[in-house]
Amino acid sequence: MAQVALRNIVKTFDKTPAVQGIDLDIADREFIVLVGPSGCGKSTTLRMIAGLEEATSGEIYIGDQLVNDVPPKDRDIAMVFQNYALYPHMTVFENMSFGLRLKKFPKAEIKERVQGAARILDITELLDRRPKQLSGGQRQRVAMGRAIVRNPKVFLFDEPLSNLDAKLRVQMRTEIKKIHQKVTTTTVYVTHDQVEAMTLADRVVIMNAGRIDQIGSPHEVYHTPKTQFVAGFIGSPTMNMLPCRLVENGTGLTIRLSDWLSLPVPPARVARYGACVGSELTFGLRPEHIIEGRGDVPPGAAAFEAPLDVVEPMGMETMVYFIVDGVEVCGRVNPAAAGRVGESMRLVADLNQMHLIDPRTQQVI
Amino acid sequence: MADVVARDLDIPVTRPRVSMQRFVRRKSTIAFFMCLPLILVVACLVVYPALYSISLAMMNKSMQHFVGFGNFTFLFKRNTFWMVVEQTVMFAVTAVIFKAVIGFVAAHFVHNLPAKGQRKWRGMLLIPWVIPPAMSTLAWFWLFDPSYSAFNWIFAHLGIPQVAWLGNPYWARFAVILVNVWVGSPFFLIMYLAALKSVPEQLHEAAAIDGANWWQKIWYVNLPMMRNIIQITALFSLIVTFANFDIVKILTNGGPVDQTHVFATWAFNWAISGNDIPLGASVSLFMAPILAIAAFLILRNVSQRGNEA
Amino acid sequence: MTTTTAVASAGQSRLVSYGSISRGRRRTLCWSYFFLILFVIFFLTPPVYMFITSLKSSAEISAATNPWWVYHPTLSNYIDLLTQKTYLTFFRNSAVVSICVVSVTMVISVLAAFSLARMKFWGSATLATGVFLAYLIPDTLVFIPLFKTFAFIHDQTGLELINHWWVLIILLPTLTVPFCTWIMIGYFASIPKELDEAALIDGAGYIKMLTKIFIPVALPGIIAATIFCFTVSWANFLYGLAFTTSADQLTLPVGIVTTLIRGDVYAWGQIMTGALLGAAPPLIIYAFLMDYYIAGLTAGATKG
Repeated sequence: MAQVALRNIVKTFDKTPAVQGIDLDIADREFIVLVGPSGCGKSTTLRMIAGLEEATSGEIYIGDQLVNDVPPKDRDIAMVFQNYALYPHMTVFENMSFGLRLKKFPKAEIKERVQGAARILDITELLDRRPKQLSGGQRQRVAMGRAIVRNPKVFLFDEPLSNLDAKLRVQMRTEIKKIHQKVTTTTVYVTHDQVEAMTLADRVVIMNAGRIDQIGSPHEVYHTPKTQFVAGFIGSPTMNMLPCRLVENGTGLTIRLSDWLSLPVPPARVARYGACVGSELTFGLRPEHIIEGRGDVPPGAAAFEAPLDVVEPMGMETMVYFIVDGVEVCGRVNPAAAGRVGESMRLVADLNQMHLIDPRTQQVI
Repeated sequence: MADVVARDLDIPVTRPRVSMQRFVRRKSTIAFFMCLPLILVVACLVVYPALYSISLAMMNKSMQHFVGFGNFTFLFKRNTFWMVVEQTVMFAVTAVIFKAVIGFVAAHFVHNLPAKGQRKWRGMLLIPWVIPPAMSTLAWFWLFDPSYSAFNWIFAHLGIPQVAWLGNPYWARFAVILVNVWVGSPFFLIMYLAALKSVPEQLHEAAAIDGANWWQKIWYVNLPMMRNIIQITALFSLIVTFANFDIVKILTNGGPVDQTHVFATWAFNWAISGNDIPLGASVSLFMAPILAIAAFLILRNVSQRGNEA
Repeated sequence: MTTTTAVASAGQSRLVSYGSISRGRRRTLCWSYFFLILFVIFFLTPPVYMFITSLKSSAEISAATNPWWVYHPTLSNYIDLLTQKTYLTFFRNSAVVSICVVSVTMVISVLAAFSLARMKFWGSATLATGVFLAYLIPDTLVFIPLFKTFAFIHDQTGLELINHWWVLIILLPTLTVPFCTWIMIGYFASIPKELDEAALIDGAGYIKMLTKIFIPVALPGIIAATIFCFTVSWANFLYGLAFTTSADQLTLPVGIVTTLIRGDVYAWGQIMTGALLGAAPPLIIYAFLMDYYIAGLTAGATKG
């Protein structure tokens, strides 16, 4: 078990920068997830921690040791690959014990460790089989078993669930969380799926174009995103973003979204936005905070009427879409209260949850 | 059913012509005819001679009488025959082993290079295989020449004693194996390089993280993954090397004192130069069992891989 | 890649020295180049030596000066050979034989491969295996019975099948047809069946399918097979040696080996020149079409 620290890591491939200055401190036993779109540099960062890529500059520390110069086999790490990378000609037992056999561990201890890991992963009946006889989920478990058996300082996961079908993915996600509770090794997990990030992580690291946009707990990145990218990336369905203008009117501030729709800023937020009056901003509000309008409007919220463009019944809820100045806005309503396409429906927006983003800096105000 | 109807109704029978046309246009007929030249070539020029050689081997020298196993007993009694057996086997096995090792090592080195440079080196290393073996054997012959050997010239300058490359029996055997290895290694290089490239890089990364150094990666990852190609290439080469003619014929013609003869050259000398065709046929027949075993192993390997895939 | 880099980014700058990972990688690269150079020296010495010798006059050769260097380079060997009728005859014989063999082989192979790969008929699988086995039977096993057969035909019908260079056109396909068929089967089999079905719907018969679809799509394979076929025909030594004896009937490899070595006086300059010129056609094809060459090589053993 050890903490991991990255200081100002930069990686360039042939003049194209893949990672541009990453600073990250991962605490011992923490489960941290690097998430972002393809090409944002998360896999490259992971591979630098593993030693499979060399950092162009910056320092990497595992424990207290500077490991830039240390080859992967001496870093005491274990990695689970997207394609499992199981040795096809070895049995499951041999796959899992390979690292220990190379280090000349005594046979008895190898057997004990492998069986222990197999028990945790529920693969004890598979120990004599070869990878090609296993299903995708089983192979992934063997890959994890190979990592657990090594008892390393850090676990590294490189998009391990991307090759599995949706149902299996959900299942394995829970398994991984359970395993981390049992085997509390520091874990660095890379994925492009924000749902995986939110459900598994102690802290989420959102990366974009080689830089870290935000680090925080799932709750933090969901409720208080720092940049437009984070706000749009986290949460499904994605946050509604509309251009707006902040205007002052007698009693306080109003967000003018279009000719027919203006929403009042809750008093608690007025101080924060005071300096931006008159400017063109981007208004962000998650669909789950636009609900059906019934009865009284709670404080901080605002009611309005909008003609529905599309209605999508999802069973548990119904997504309603309406157009504001050419931009489609999504709201999440109770199926019983949903209106019909073309009809106008009363909706309530909880503006305590709103975000205003400066379009020039992409920062949330 | 239709002919019953035709007979009953007394319809004039025009069917044979129609069915002939249909027969000709049927897929399997066309296919068969397309294959016919191939079948003819293989049957007349490969299968028939192979079988004929068995009957030939049982004739006497002037091919008038049938002598059964007479030729074979004649061969078994001769010392030279057993020498040729031993030489051919040793020659084939040694050459294939060296070719495999050189090919394996060279493939790894080429694979290590950055991708752009690999093509250049691969191109240079394949040249021995491209040059007609007869031509390159002439070059080696000249390099080994008793009076003018370029190698001996270098040795003289380094103070190493001169070598009678083709005159001394042991050196002659060495020379023959050396030339064969020279000609054949590029084949192994190319095959092993292709096999090496098909080993997923992630396996090497996983092995690196598991703690393997460079030779452990080769031993535990590359070698097992390449096992199929290694086997098949070795078997192919065994067949070709076992039946090799050009190199021995040009370099030593079997000498000195028959110490470098292989089946092919000895058979040739008996049949063409010595005008004893049946004896030549008997000699070359001895190649058949080994070739049959190798062919069987290859087929089994190929079909196994087909099932695994 | 420099060993140290001053990084000025985001304010902080720190000198980073490359450590043992890249040093290890550079070391393996050095070793790779070192051994590869050794291999290249081993592989290229004979051809280079052929070239060096070909530029020497007989006087210089017998003077036994440094064999690895030419002091008085001369093109006399080349000129002598290329104006000499015998050598040109060898060249012509080889060229005609090879071109004919290539044509015959490719026609037979493509037709057979198409039918074996696509049109499954009774016995096609056995035939395909049979073709593969035929490839494994070496020429040294069958040349003696063939020789006897040809002599027999000569006795019976007066048809002279021995000592004519065109006999090789009948013989050499034994070596080339099985292998070319085999790799063409591989290439044809890899063409997706949907192409056939689309063509059938468009109204194409089998012949049209072959010429308009299969041959163009499998063209790399056809080129590879053609190159292989040519190389094997050109390099053939055994059949030429066994079946032809008069100087004007010999192909190049046989001709050089048997006629240029006259008694004990070896005209080595000429021999090496002859050998080099004899090796030239395959080498030239190789230089321009290397990728097809290699594709042909790997296709046989790895496909299937």
